Amino acid sequence: MTTLWLTILTVALANAAIKASGPVLVGGRELPPRANAVISLLAPALLAALVVTETFGEDGALVLDEKALGVGVAAVALLLRAPVLVAVFLAALTAALARAFS
Amino acid sequence: MSGERAAGRERYYAGARAALPFALVTGVVGVSFGVLAGSLGWGSLVAIASSVVICSASAQFAVAAVLGSGGGPFAAIVAAILLNARFGPMGLAVGPYLKGGPLRRALEGQTVLDTSWAMANRGGGRFDREFMIGATAPQVAAWLGGTAAGVLGGDFVGNPERFGLDAIFPAFFLVLLVSELRGGRSAVTVALIAAALALLLVPVAPPGVPVIAACAAALLGLRRTS
Repeated sequence: MTTLWLTILTVALANAAIKASGPVLVGGRELPPRANAVISLLAPALLAALVVTETFGEDGALVLDEKALGVGVAAVALLLRAPVLVAVFLAALTAALARAFS
Repeated sequence: MSGERAAGRERYYAGARAALPFALVTGVVGVSFGVLAGSLGWGSLVAIASSVVICSASAQFAVAAVLGSGGGPFAAIVAAILLNARFGPMGLAVGPYLKGGPLRRALEGQTVLDTSWAMANRGGGRFDREFMIGATAPQVAAWLGGTAAGVLGGDFVGNPERFGLDAIFPAFFLVLLVSELRGGRSAVTVALIAAALALLLVPVAPPGVPVIAACAAALLGLRRTS
C-alpha cells in the first residue's frame, strides 16, 4: 500500500512541476513571432496524436477494434456537424453495440 | 477598472459554460477510472486521493495500467511523466498570458488541461487566461465526482468497456481536433503528419513518447515564417 501511495505522490509532484515549468520559464515575456507560429500549430499536432494513440494504441501495439469503430462513427457525426455530446455518445453506443454482437 | 474586472469575470463564466459538455464526458471517464482503480484493489480513499493530487486522466490511467499489468512503481512513474510531458510545451505557450510572479504563474499553470488549453487557444499563439481557468473548474469537479462514483459504485457499473466507455476518451479529443482543423490548411497538414508519426511510433516507443514526438510536427510553423 505504501508503494502505491509513494507512486501516486511522486506522479502528482512531477505533474505539478511539468505544468509549472512553462509559465515560470517564460514569465511575462512575449514569445518571438516564430515561436508563436509553432505554438499555434501545437494544438492540432497534439490532438491528432492523442486521437490516434487513444484509438489504435493498446499496450504498445496497433489494434483495430470496436473502440476504433466507435471513434470512426463519432468522426462522421462531427463532419455532419453533430453536437459534441451526440458525437461522443454515438462513439460509446457504437463500441458497446459492436461488442454486444461480436 | 471595475468594468474590466466584470468583463474578466464574464470570461471565467463563458469558459465554464463552454466546458460543460466536456465536464459531462470527463465525469464518465472519471467513473471508468474509479471502476478500474477499484478493480485493482486501490481502495476508495487512494483512488479519490489520486484524482485530487494528480488530477490528470492520462497520468492516472497510465499508473493504473502499468501497475495493473504487473509493472513496478518506477515504470509507472516514467510512463505518467512521459504522457504528461506535453504540458511542458503547452505551458510555454500559455505562459505569457498568465499573471503575477513565478509562484502565482506556477499555480495558474496547474489549470492547464488539454481541453481547456485547446478551447482557450485564440489562434496565432494567443490564449484567453480567464476562459481557460473557467473551463477547467467544472471538469475538475466532474473528474473528482466521477472517480468517487466509480470507485464507490463500481459493483453496479461492472466492466466500463461493455458500455463502450473506452471510446469516449479518443472521441473527446477528436471533437477538439475537428475545431482546430477549421483553423486552416497548415493545421490539417500538421495534424496529418502528427497522426502518421504517432502511429509509426506506437509499436516501437514507450507510451507517451509517440505523442511528444508527434508534437514536433508543429515545427512546420517555422517554415512558413522564414
